[in-house]
Amino acid sequence: MSDTVIKVDNLSKKYVIRHEQRERYTALRDVMTRGVKNFGKRLLAPFTPDSSPFTASQEDFWALKDVSFEIKQGDRVGIIGRNGAGKSTLLKLLSRITEPTTGRIEITGRVASLLEVGTGFHPELTGRENIYLNGAILGMARAEIKKKFDEIVAFAEIEKFLDTPVKRYSSGMYVRLAFAVAAHLEPEILIVDEVLAVGDAQFQKKCLGKMEEVSRNWGKTLLFVSHNLNAINALCSSAKLLENGVMKYQGHVSSAIEKYLITHSSNEKNISQYRLTKVLEDVYFESIEMVSANNRLFYNDDVKFKLTIASKRAVKKLSIGGTIFNSMGTPIGAFVSNEIDIEKNDLKKVVLGIADTKLSPGSYYMGFSIGRGDFRNTSRTDYDIVIGTPGFEILSYNDKESIGVWNIEWGNIIYDAYLTEN
Amino acid sequence: MANSNRIIIEAGRTELHYWKDLWRYRELFYFLSWRDILVRYKQTAVGIAWALLRPFLTMVVFTVVFSKLAKLPSEGNAPYPVMVFAAMLPWQFFANSLAEASNSLVGNANLISKIYFPRLIIPASSVITSFVDFVISGLILLSLMIWYQFVPGWRIVTLPFFICIAFAASMGIGLWLTALNVKYRDFRYIVPFIVQFGLYISPVGFSSSIVPDKWRLLYSLNPMVGVIDGFRWAILGQESKIFLPGFIISMIIVAIFLVTGILYFRKTEKTFADVI
Repeated sequence: MSDTVIKVDNLSKKYVIRHEQRERYTALRDVMTRGVKNFGKRLLAPFTPDSSPFTASQEDFWALKDVSFEIKQGDRVGIIGRNGAGKSTLLKLLSRITEPTTGRIEITGRVASLLEVGTGFHPELTGRENIYLNGAILGMARAEIKKKFDEIVAFAEIEKFLDTPVKRYSSGMYVRLAFAVAAHLEPEILIVDEVLAVGDAQFQKKCLGKMEEVSRNWGKTLLFVSHNLNAINALCSSAKLLENGVMKYQGHVSSAIEKYLITHSSNEKNISQYRLTKVLEDVYFESIEMVSANNRLFYNDDVKFKLTIASKRAVKKLSIGGTIFNSMGTPIGAFVSNEIDIEKNDLKKVVLGIADTKLSPGSYYMGFSIGRGDFRNTSRTDYDIVIGTPGFEILSYNDKESIGVWNIEWGNIIYDAYLTEN
Repeated sequence: MANSNRIIIEAGRTELHYWKDLWRYRELFYFLSWRDILVRYKQTAVGIAWALLRPFLTMVVFTVVFSKLAKLPSEGNAPYPVMVFAAMLPWQFFANSLAEASNSLVGNANLISKIYFPRLIIPASSVITSFVDFVISGLILLSLMIWYQFVPGWRIVTLPFFICIAFAASMGIGLWLTALNVKYRDFRYIVPFIVQFGLYISPVGFSSSIVPDKWRLLYSLNPMVGVIDGFRWAILGQESKIFLPGFIISMIIVAIFLVTGILYFRKTEKTFADVI
């Protein structure tokens, strides 16, 4: 059970960025005009050193640099990191889509990679035909697809539309079918990229469950990339954190997530870049910080901020307004604090707490304003508005308890509901 | 069992197990060809009609222009339409293959950037799809032969050999164009030109016997000259003569294109996922 199935040694991948080119591909036309231009230049000034535009503005970009790790059979490994950290490049290298620049990968066992849902689906073909096609693309043998065909159809819940071209499917049906094929892959190693971001919530849960079942019960190895930290936490037995192409941490899931969040949402010392307006220059936020460590909170912890307000004159009846935004930038809710007074040339430090947020697990950020008046009438005047900091994370678990996997599709607030007999 | 499935990925390593992989991914090859054919003939009536109508109408035009207006001779006693169509078959196959193959990789960009398989499968499956068209339009030739009560001789059994050569020519030049089209995306404007131009410099509407003898060797540098002459030799029977030195030159050119096409394709293949 503890055989190494994936062994990666000093893996690096370099991309060359050409600055003069906007497009990713070259046109022969451009190559020819460039050639003629250079030829012309050489004719006019034959003794100047070669200034080929190809070498002039090339830049190497290391998407991955000296990454090494080992994965044993049955491991369920989550890979986390910001956009551009090299996660997708790593998966592409493991799936053999691109070649490494240096380094070596040794894989033992049949690999199936699911980097996208519904790769190779053809809109003109029927559901039935696409199951076969997609299965083959994902690496299933024909006999294997035949054997699992009914199971796939049942899982996708598309029995009635089996012989309809998928171009007539609703997007939900399309995604369900694509997932269903992928979920019935039975490779020894399954590589999954951020594919659970689409599809409706029920089905996502079903897929997560299926993946868990496959890896946990049958000892399959799983590599899973996601921005959904809750899914990683629920599914994976260990995690790797990538940052700028370098392996930053590998080990326990919770430690990896912790390290990721530290880099992700630290207290921004300089808030001026988030400043929206400064209507009157004499009352403004000096700093806004979160009270909790690493800006991480367990579900329904009080959310507390430490604010420093500066003023060049004495102002009475100041209040602080705030809005909580989710990671998509949608406002979730707002508040206005009670009123305070401030002296001339004073730095006033206050702690602002929000109780009973009922915020679901996920990432959020704040917007604050300081001003006079109430938002319930139109007389409020804002002196300073800061939107975008601090960011914080609501976790679905802490040392003692866990509220399970929360799907972001369900919304941002967890209500307390009750039933009474009538 | 575990050892049999060990894969080592290193820079430049793909070379070693490429042909083994090609065999391993034969099912995908089958399914991709199947998909292309299915999509092509999905609207059955239109799909098949298209494969029949295009060569048929071209044949009619060529017969009118070259035989009736220009008064060019046929090969021996073979009816002019049969002679034209015997050339139309391999030419259409060749032209379709080039057009389909050259766009195939760009058209399947999503597959290439998301899964691994030997990329050779994609243009090869385009050529196979064109071959299905070839078989279907073969029916027209059959009907023409029945209509003119033209009975081919024993040479018809050699036709598969010439079909293989047509395959090789289509693959070779198709692979070149495919790889170049990924690298230089404006190559797609050049391909229709090659196809159109080729139709006139290949002996499709006329017999290559009308080309003066001193130019025939030069003329045979066009690989399709050998293929078409071969088809006519096999189909028209006794009436058709083959110009052997020219045929050999055409075959050599076909072989060169095939080998260099595969080599060039293999060389650029590794970067496809990065540039596409």
